[in-house]
Amino acid sequence: MNAIVNISRLLKDRLAKTGLSRFKGGVHPPQHKLESTTSPIRSVPVPKYLVLPLRQHVGNVSKLQVATGDHVLKGQLLAKADGQVSAAVHAPTSGVIASIGNQLIPHPSGLPDISITLESDGKDQWIERQALDYLAMSKPELLDHLREAGVVGLGGATFPSHIKLREDTRHPVRTLIINGAECEPYITCDDMLMRERADEIVRGIEIMRYLLDAEVCAIGIEDNKPEAIRAMREAVAKSEIAINVIAVPTIYPGGGAKQLIKVITGKEVPSGRLPTEIGVQCFNVATAYSVHRVVNHGEPVISRVVTVTGNVAHAGNYEAPLGISISELVQLAGGQAEDGDLIMGGPMMGFNLPAVDVPVVKATNCIIVPSAEMFPDPEPALPCIRCTRCADACPVNLQPQELYWFSKSQNLEKAREYDIFDCIECGCCTYVCPSNIPLVQYYRYAKSEIIAQDRAKEAADIARERNEFRLMRIEREKQERAQKHAQKAAGAKAETGADNAVEAAKKAAIAAAVERAKAQKAEVVAKNTEAVSPRVEAEIAKIEARRAQQPEPLRQPEQAQLFAESQEAEVTSASSQVESLQPLSKDKQPTEEAK
Amino acid sequence: MLTALYVMIGLALLLGIVLGYSALKFKVEGDPLIARIDAILPQTQCGQCGYPGCKPYATAIAKGEADINQCPPGGDAGVHALADLLGVEYKPLNAEHGEPKPKSVAVIDENVCIGCTLCIQACPVDAILGAAKHMHTVIASECTGCELCVAPCPVDCISMEPIAESPANWKWRYPVFEIKPERPVQKKSAA
Ligand code: SF4
Ligand code: SF4
Ligand code: SF4
Ligand code: SF4
Repeated sequence: MNAIVNISRLLKDRLAKTGLSRFKGGVHPPQHKLESTTSPIRSVPVPKYLVLPLRQHVGNVSKLQVATGDHVLKGQLLAKADGQVSAAVHAPTSGVIASIGNQLIPHPSGLPDISITLESDGKDQWIERQALDYLAMSKPELLDHLREAGVVGLGGATFPSHIKLREDTRHPVRTLIINGAECEPYITCDDMLMRERADEIVRGIEIMRYLLDAEVCAIGIEDNKPEAIRAMREAVAKSEIAINVIAVPTIYPGGGAKQLIKVITGKEVPSGRLPTEIGVQCFNVATAYSVHRVVNHGEPVISRVVTVTGNVAHAGNYEAPLGISISELVQLAGGQAEDGDLIMGGPMMGFNLPAVDVPVVKATNCIIVPSAEMFPDPEPALPCIRCTRCADACPVNLQPQELYWFSKSQNLEKAREYDIFDCIECGCCTYVCPSNIPLVQYYRYAKSEIIAQDRAKEAADIARERNEFRLMRIEREKQERAQKHAQKAAGAKAETGADNAVEAAKKAAIAAAVERAKAQKAEVVAKNTEAVSPRVEAEIAKIEARRAQQPEPLRQPEQAQLFAESQEAEVTSASSQVESLQPLSKDKQPTEEAK
Repeated sequence: MLTALYVMIGLALLLGIVLGYSALKFKVEGDPLIARIDAILPQTQCGQCGYPGCKPYATAIAKGEADINQCPPGGDAGVHALADLLGVEYKPLNAEHGEPKPKSVAVIDENVCIGCTLCIQACPVDAILGAAKHMHTVIASECTGCELCVAPCPVDCISMEPIAESPANWKWRYPVFEIKPERPVQKKSAA
């Protein structure tokens, strides 16, 4: 314990001198990097068959652009990016598409996935390559080119790079950090790339800086790689833009994006946030190199440098065409590959390959052929003694012992509450645990379980919405039907209204006739009623009174009413008659109505 | 003394108005308990619980008419969640309502389908596409696997296919300690 305290104090002193910060926790596992750095990067002959999975990146599966039997040239597009979060796949050599279908891929599940099998014709014939004058292009155009060329993060995360290189007006990137830390034991592909291709990496960084308009640009390299640091310093001295090469202390996991950002800028990326939100963007050196190949040479991503190390005769770095079988690569390095044996990635964060006849993909940075001496059987796991050494070692400030407890008891909500998704699965906690508990395995289990639950919940929400919509639709249709019925009934009534009108018109005609007759009658009534004798007057009054008792005067108000109705009816009948041209049936109905 | 009284009365009135207003303004639509129960149910809408859908079952649970262990698609985890929410004792799934099955989607044999639209009428989530006398097909991403469309089909052309495990939906297994692990455990893919 004392030793640890001393080391950390020493480290702090040194950091104080260099002006760098340090992240919490971390461990110092044995490096094992020398074995694979003794010889330069070796090229690999193109094999007869190449298998190219369509899912080599984070995001949507690429869309197939070729069919079985097609002849393709080296660098030709085989599958294009589907949407923004996706990347294209290209032919690593010229040849014929032998088949398209499910093939085993390098995945911890050991399950097959849709892949293209390319049979090489041995000519290795390139398509027409064209360097881009990127300064003359618009940025979206250049980003589209990167997407079309299949550029993804080659540090292992394989996130499509064009998305990270987009200018974001809300969070402008001020600091561009290039990650050459390569903290994981055994892996040396970035180290060798920096030693041998420093100038090309710097060209790539210049393009990235142009795209992001970053003010500050720094390359972080762990100080256990002096050759790489020297090579990069020489290369940046020739560059027109100012790039700092920063030697960061060797401490695992110093190559984690958030950890490197903390060391170089002193700023902490908040939990669950992206580095852009504090104005920083981080790329791997190999990604910068592939950006350079795409832009300045017109070559899409069709190969990558892979470290093959461990129990092999020629440990080293191999520039392997994507799609070459991993067992073939191991044989080339003088090793034997057995199923379930090889480790892809490093010993801390990698995983055992369930099958070895799987292709090299964009994420394959390292293949370790283990031997019993290198990785002796671990002691059996014991119960957690709550020593909290794991918490001290965790670089993300988590409580691994609590996460372990929650994951083990499948208390997933609690695990989420304790920020399990901030865990970078670095394995520091497992490394220091005195009880030998495979902590990371529990976290991986808990994370994938939570993700599956969230997906199920999302699907349930959609199903609920669709079900509710359906019920609403059925209800609406029912109402519409009811409404239609009501309308029909109303229509029938409107018809009878029209009939009434006809009736009224008739009545009006009658009324008019009555009126005429009255007028005639009025004419008939004696006019010489003035200046008559009182006796005659009384006579007249008597007669009038008698007449008043007759039915005719009684009918008069009725007639007036009828007349008014007829006026109204003319309007309605005109319109309703157009609607229902059935004068015959109409003629019948009114009689019934009238009754 | 009197001022204090006035102040108190004034305050009481004011708070009363505020409370009355917020009761109107922030009125919760529907029964929140039903919504919370419904949120736990898997929304397969299969009717195996004995109710015509998840919401009616949720309503029945809320009213105390139904037990919490009648939903096979929700599985054991669903019963646990319901028991937690309602503060009642967990009980195993009632086998009368069926057994949990692996999640499946319906597949219509498009060569056999006669376009009768009976399955469309049965599907609770409108996951089947087609028109009268034309071939029908299932939108796999929307299908909940409720199996309600299988029985109505007069030519038996609908089958349920379990969703296969793929690298996209694969899950890490629960770690099981081996008696004698061969390699350091943190590098194991799945024990
Ligand atoms: S280091 Fe291991 S034993 Fe110690 S608290 Fe963490 S999990 Fe428990
Ligand atoms: S694996 Fe996760 S919990 Fe363990 S030390 Fe790394 S970040 Fe922390
Ligand atoms: S059994 Fe479950 S999924 Fe099916 S309708 Fe009832 S509550 Fe919904
Ligand atoms: S397609 Fe069939 S199984 Fe799928 S949701 Fe509709 S009715 Fe249910």
